[in-house]
Amino acid sequence: MSENEKTPNERIGVYVCHCGSNIAGTVDVVGVRDWAQEHLGKDGVVISRDYKFMCSSLGQEMIEKDIKELGLSRVVVAACSPHLHEKTFRTAAERAGLNPYLTELVSIREQVSWVHTDKEVATQKSKSLVAGTVKRIIHNEALEKLKVPINPNTLVVGGGIAGIQASLEIANGGFHVYLVEREPSIGGHMAQFDKTFPTLDCSACILTPRMVEAGTHPNITLLTWSEVMSVSGYIGNFSVAIKKKARFVNEELCTGCGICVEKCPKKTIDHEYEAGLGYRKVIYTPFAQAVPKFPVLDAPNCTYFQNGKCKACEKFCPTNAIDFTQQDQILNVEVGNIILATGYDMFDARRVTNYGYGRLANVFSSMEFERLCNASGPTGGEITLRDGKTKPESVGIIHCVGSRDKNYNNYCSTICCMQSLKFAHLVKERTGATVYEFYIDMRTAAKSYDEFYQRILEEGTLFVRGKVAEVSDAAREPHEKGKLIIQVEDTFIGKQRRIPVDMVILSSGMEPRADAKQTGQLFGISCSSDGWYIERHPKLDPVTTMTEGILIAGCASGPKDIPSSVSQGAAAAARVMDKILQKEVELEPVRATVNEEKCSGCRICNNLCPFSAIAFIEDLAVTRINPALCQGCGTCVAACPAGAISGTGFSNEQIFAQIDGLLMSI
Amino acid sequence: MSEQFEPVIIGFTCNWCSYRAADAAGTARVKYAPNVRLIRLMCSGRLDPTFVIKALAGGADGVMISGCHPGDCHYIDQNYKALRRVLLLRRTLKGMGVEPERIKLVWASAAEGMQLAHEIDSFIEEVRKLGPLGWPKWNETDHGSQTIDDEQAPVAHGQEAEVTA
Repeated sequence: MSENEKTPNERIGVYVCHCGSNIAGTVDVVGVRDWAQEHLGKDGVVISRDYKFMCSSLGQEMIEKDIKELGLSRVVVAACSPHLHEKTFRTAAERAGLNPYLTELVSIREQVSWVHTDKEVATQKSKSLVAGTVKRIIHNEALEKLKVPINPNTLVVGGGIAGIQASLEIANGGFHVYLVEREPSIGGHMAQFDKTFPTLDCSACILTPRMVEAGTHPNITLLTWSEVMSVSGYIGNFSVAIKKKARFVNEELCTGCGICVEKCPKKTIDHEYEAGLGYRKVIYTPFAQAVPKFPVLDAPNCTYFQNGKCKACEKFCPTNAIDFTQQDQILNVEVGNIILATGYDMFDARRVTNYGYGRLANVFSSMEFERLCNASGPTGGEITLRDGKTKPESVGIIHCVGSRDKNYNNYCSTICCMQSLKFAHLVKERTGATVYEFYIDMRTAAKSYDEFYQRILEEGTLFVRGKVAEVSDAAREPHEKGKLIIQVEDTFIGKQRRIPVDMVILSSGMEPRADAKQTGQLFGISCSSDGWYIERHPKLDPVTTMTEGILIAGCASGPKDIPSSVSQGAAAAARVMDKILQKEVELEPVRATVNEEKCSGCRICNNLCPFSAIAFIEDLAVTRINPALCQGCGTCVAACPAGAISGTGFSNEQIFAQIDGLLMSI
Repeated sequence: MSEQFEPVIIGFTCNWCSYRAADAAGTARVKYAPNVRLIRLMCSGRLDPTFVIKALAGGADGVMISGCHPGDCHYIDQNYKALRRVLLLRRTLKGMGVEPERIKLVWASAAEGMQLAHEIDSFIEEVRKLGPLGWPKWNETDHGSQTIDDEQAPVAHGQEAEVTA
């Protein structure tokens, strides 16, 4: 067969790692080493060694020394996953003068020692895997990385605090940023909050200076009321189409005076900013400090768009900025990197039907309560019941609504304990009401968080440990009449309790954006089973993704508090600037190429490429592949009936030889 | 117990989702049967049907192909091409007298280590039930019947079976 034609005149070194006891505990490492030396000699193995920690500098130096002294032409390292240390060993081999693509890793840790228990079987499987890679590596070719210039512009999607921070860091570094936000203003959820824990500083007071800075920065192009429609390209060279939705306000002419908003005769419930508690005009800026200052006309609710009359806003606008003919615009921008800071959705407390939200008037969601507390909110900061005037005398705050519950979300939303403690403080401070907190576990693990908890305890908030079973208005006792009764098992005293209160606040958790999956598909990144974006490494690479050039920051990858979101925004920005400053980016040379002599011009491959890398040359009646566009998936390689396309790094010869090796008798 | 048939499974995983799922299973120490040996491809769309035939001809009793979930493909939609090929391949193999159940396509995202391990285990059990692959022995011309009786089966696949015995 063809794969046997290439006789192994290669000199291969096999290196088997103990990884302490991680591998050696389940695999007979010395046995694998000896077997490779003995049985794979005919395949070109000239040296086989084991070492306690192959990735240590001593381990790497051992390989480098062998390459130089024994003239190794191929290196096989049996250790951990290539996603962890492939780069380490390829770089080591390169230092010794060997092309990095002539080194391969065999995963005998993630795929053997950590997942199997029988040492004998695990050792045999390790031998098979080593044999597969030794046979494969004979066919490896020396490859050179492709270098492409990197576009210094960056796209940041999402104008919450994480996106704002990322944009400002990059802009201050001297590079241009397109900040896209689908709402009329940047600010995100943080703009809706009243106070921030644990310092209790006013959310708007700390956020709005950042918003203004982002809105006026010469290096930031702010695109609010806009959405990304399509993305193509790869790291360094993305083309992005952004839909700038019609505001019906000419931004060139508008001064943000607000007369149109004042004169607009129609009100509608403000679901977005006031969480359904208040009203806004049909032409509106979501809140006083909105950036940009330009209002947005809500066309579906506008009287003029409904029946062709009104135009009050247009009549009163002093600068003639209202433009009813405005259309959605598509902007095409070229960027080198993209940061997704798309945030989260609040868990919809209606789903926990036994807590009565949406059915019992005085059950509030956490966002409703934030707006109630806020001086710019619907009640001017008065904490009242749903009637808008009665002050509550007793308030129950229920933790973990939609979180840590297998009926909804298994994960902990991390912020709700602190949020609930903040609520308790605000209720106490402003109404003097008796406050109960119903919690499962108290999680206050960050700087100054537990101190805040102690403070709330000292303020006299009553804590009941137990998951609330039900909130109802069905009174059994006279003192329960007209109240909401919280039914809970107090796990400290081991008894069921019924606690009547005037007001219930549901501390809702965070959920991935309802459209997170579609957004992920748009940018080529994937979600965990919970729906949060997956980071390249959960600990060591939390802001990058599996797709080069696409970064994530803030709650897009999971629930976070404000300090963590800000840190992530800054971290993502640092990563982007690191790439920009390198001026060019190295791409993996895994690419498909056409052997034009073999190509029959059948064009079967022509429609298979999602990156339009394949072009048919009419004159020559052959197909060619553009290496800059090719992403190396190999679909065309597998489809070519003439075998004229070969995929570097994953050629047929390599795979066939690997199959042979894996099925070798041991 | 030790006499039970141990099938050999070759698995093809894509670099982005399912290979990472295998990594995730490892990191989380999720245990699964050792009968499977994985080959990393960049994309499930790289799966050339001859890889599968080659694996079966070389002694594998089953082949698992694993890629990103539909819609999640790192290369946009190439996993659909893998799906088409696998469906066609199963039909072709059926025509050749090989049970199509020996080929399994599994979608696994990078986060689904547990699910991948479970799929591997259940596939191994399915192939174990099918028994050793009764691939016609081209060099044993006088054998006549394609069916290999129970006693011969372990002999026919003895060497491969021993790999994981």
